[in-house]
Amino acid sequence: MMRTTIILKTASNYLLPVLLLFSIFILLRGHYLPGGGFVGGLIASIAFILHSFANGLHKTKELLVLHPGYLIPLGLAISFLSGLAPVVLYDLPFMTGLWSHDSVAILGHIGSALFFDMGVYLVVYGVTLTIIFTISESA
Amino acid sequence: MLTAILTGFLFSVFLVFAGRFFKGKLSILASLIPLGLFVYFFQFVNRIANGEVITRSYEWVPSFGVNLVFKLDGLSLLFTLMITGIGFLVFAYTSSYLKGHKYLDRFYGYLAAFMGAMLGLVLSDNMISLFTFWELTSISSFFLIGFKNTSRPSRKSAMMALGITGIGGLLLLAASLLFNNITGTYSISEMLSMSEAIKGNQYYWLGVVLIFGAAFTKSAQFPFHFWLPGAMKAPTPVSTYLHSATMVKAGIYLLMRFTPVLGGEDIWNTTLIIVGGITMLYSAVHTVFRTDLKGILAYSTISALGILVFLIGLGTEEAYVAAAVFIIVHALYKATLFLVTGIIDHQAHTRDVTKLAGLNKVMLPVGIAAILAAISSGGIPPSIGFVGKELIYDATSHSELVVILLITAIVLTKIFLLYAGFVAGIKPFTGKLPEGISEARMPNFVMWAPPLLLGTLGILFGLMPFLVEGPIVKPLVAALGENPEEIHLRLWHGFNMVLVLSAITIGVGTALYFILKPSYKLESAIGKLEFISPESILKKFMAGFKWASSYWTRFFQNGYLRNYVSMIILFTVLMVGYVMLGKTRFVIDYNSLTKLTISEIIVALVLIAGVCYTIFTRSRLAAVVAMGVIGWSICLIFVFYSAPDLAMTQFSIDTLTVILFVLVLYKLPKYLNLSDVKIRIRDGILSAIFGIIIAALALQVLAEPVNNEIGNYYADNAYLEAHGKNVVNVILVDFRGADTMIEISVLSIAAIGVFGLMKLRLKMSDRNRYQDK
Repeated sequence: MMRTTIILKTASNYLLPVLLLFSIFILLRGHYLPGGGFVGGLIASIAFILHSFANGLHKTKELLVLHPGYLIPLGLAISFLSGLAPVVLYDLPFMTGLWSHDSVAILGHIGSALFFDMGVYLVVYGVTLTIIFTISESA
Repeated sequence: MLTAILTGFLFSVFLVFAGRFFKGKLSILASLIPLGLFVYFFQFVNRIANGEVITRSYEWVPSFGVNLVFKLDGLSLLFTLMITGIGFLVFAYTSSYLKGHKYLDRFYGYLAAFMGAMLGLVLSDNMISLFTFWELTSISSFFLIGFKNTSRPSRKSAMMALGITGIGGLLLLAASLLFNNITGTYSISEMLSMSEAIKGNQYYWLGVVLIFGAAFTKSAQFPFHFWLPGAMKAPTPVSTYLHSATMVKAGIYLLMRFTPVLGGEDIWNTTLIIVGGITMLYSAVHTVFRTDLKGILAYSTISALGILVFLIGLGTEEAYVAAAVFIIVHALYKATLFLVTGIIDHQAHTRDVTKLAGLNKVMLPVGIAAILAAISSGGIPPSIGFVGKELIYDATSHSELVVILLITAIVLTKIFLLYAGFVAGIKPFTGKLPEGISEARMPNFVMWAPPLLLGTLGILFGLMPFLVEGPIVKPLVAALGENPEEIHLRLWHGFNMVLVLSAITIGVGTALYFILKPSYKLESAIGKLEFISPESILKKFMAGFKWASSYWTRFFQNGYLRNYVSMIILFTVLMVGYVMLGKTRFVIDYNSLTKLTISEIIVALVLIAGVCYTIFTRSRLAAVVAMGVIGWSICLIFVFYSAPDLAMTQFSIDTLTVILFVLVLYKLPKYLNLSDVKIRIRDGILSAIFGIIIAALALQVLAEPVNNEIGNYYADNAYLEAHGKNVVNVILVDFRGADTMIEISVLSIAAIGVFGLMKLRLKMSDRNRYQDK
């Protein structure tokens, strides 16, 4: 990979967890305030790309353990199941929103939409990293 | 009944997992499935003979009137018995014919799927399910014809068969939609009662043309006949099963099924007589010019199909009886001859009829089967073939049209068919055994028993025609809307004109067999006329089509991103510009525009600077970074106009785009080839026009009165119904969640595509395998 400065190297180690937390924060607030799964997923992938720029791709891959590609089917499945849940559980049409009665601290009401958005997050994260890792490995 | 149809499909799925067990000695067990189905359908024979019609219906897509309705009547019964009965013999035969073949399990899988599709086809009472099964037979036949997938002619023939029958399938779908439009139903039984309404409709002719298109392609009628000889590249069991006994008769079935609905009009009957007549005579004559046993049989099959179409065209009760009997006759003798050909090919390693003789000495039972079949095919008493031929002559001589012409055509056809049957069934087994094939040995029992059984049945039914009369022929004629009470099949009709014609046929045909020997000379003689045959015309058309499409592709899909982009922009400019110039008045309401702020001016300046830098820099990397600057400036504009969601997404996307570009560019060679001035000016003008048009469009949109019903609906209901305050996100995950679902699926596909292109490369050994010598 490219030569990197020690500043970026050091910073990226601290930025990675912060950016990841931020991406989850963006994901969770999406229903009430600007944010959502799509942006969240993009931010999470940017976090890892930054890390790979600073430390080299193989280091990032070691950190990840699992290839991000595996998260694509997982995310798709979560999204699909959250749409399927009302059909199976309550005999409602596909993708009807289900909502909890009581609100949870910080998150507010939890609904099937949140799980749908989590699926989107995982797919976007997986797709972006898969594409960028693949290209940077073979380009 | 649904289970019966699905059994074939389930078995082929089962083979995917358990294929190993069916490759060895157990493979013959696969034939238990068609046997079981045969027994299942056979138990209905009595009930059908008593005039019962058995219907089962299952809901499929009730909202569109598409249901799985299966109807077993006299017509379906004959076909189901043929499919399962001959299926059983073919399955058993295959276990020995392809013994030890690497992909025997695959073969059984295709065969079983085909059987299921074929059963579904002849039992469907709903046109949409009929179409579905129709296409499934084409697809499974594609796999079977191309079974030897390492040989190029095999693959080509498979493609051609799929192409021709596939087009027919689409015509059938079009016919379904047309009839649905006229009658409001897809059910064939219901159409039966609306026959007058269909015939009276102004599009009746179109419906007939579409049904003809489907039937003629499937049943290899002139000029679509040429895929069938090509399909003979398939292993012999496939030729026996699909291309003589069952699949090619699907077109006949379709015509018979629609006879009560569409028949009786001139356009229906005359066309069928003409097409059937041309086909039967043309291909019967063709048999003389072939030396490959399978080629002879292929052309005689086409000819037989022509006879059936011809008989349906005659449209009288006698003709239907003749057709019913002839279907049985043909299935019995043609399947026998094909199976025998397979045995000869398997044991003597040649199908060249000029080289074959005297095989009687090594495989007597096979010879007996073949000679019995030849007798039946020649219509010589006491075979069922004789009964069938008498009926055909009888029906033809009572036709109201040009009787002499039709009689001549059918008698000539029969003479040539007799010749073909003799060449295929008798020639290889008589005379002296030549040197080249003297090492041929007696085949296995499961190979010679099926043809012998079929050949014997051909004689047995001839001696005792009542065996098929009550259970099969009468119900079939009843299903075609005629009264079957008067039918009596007999071997002996007394001395009359028909008997004289029969005598002429047998006499001349036999003489022809002794005079005319198949030879290469004849084969090459016909080869000279090849250039005007429908097959070569189609091939030329295909070549032209390929040329045109490659030219087209090279012009539009030339692989240069810049050309794609300019093509898209040019198209947009032309379309939008045309509409805007013609229809809109350019009114700009300056009062509705807000005042510019200082921050907006700064962003705009940055934007322009970025654009200029991108255009004029000589470094790729710098251009990419400048593009990033442009993207980010646009994000800032989104922020000013309170679209934070959009801005956030755009920020991340732009960042990632720059990263992607850098990753790719980093590996590109340093050398940069700049485009010349002319191209730059051209592109500049195009971009400028595009920019102006988009700007004008945006201003026009602002000038239009705002209709914000949908927007308001989302805004009003986001919290009430979806418990969310961020309307954009609620739209994404709730109101239009299904769209998002599809979008993330598309994203996943893109990722798989990139991964596949970059990471998975064909191994060298595989690459060689797919390349042809």
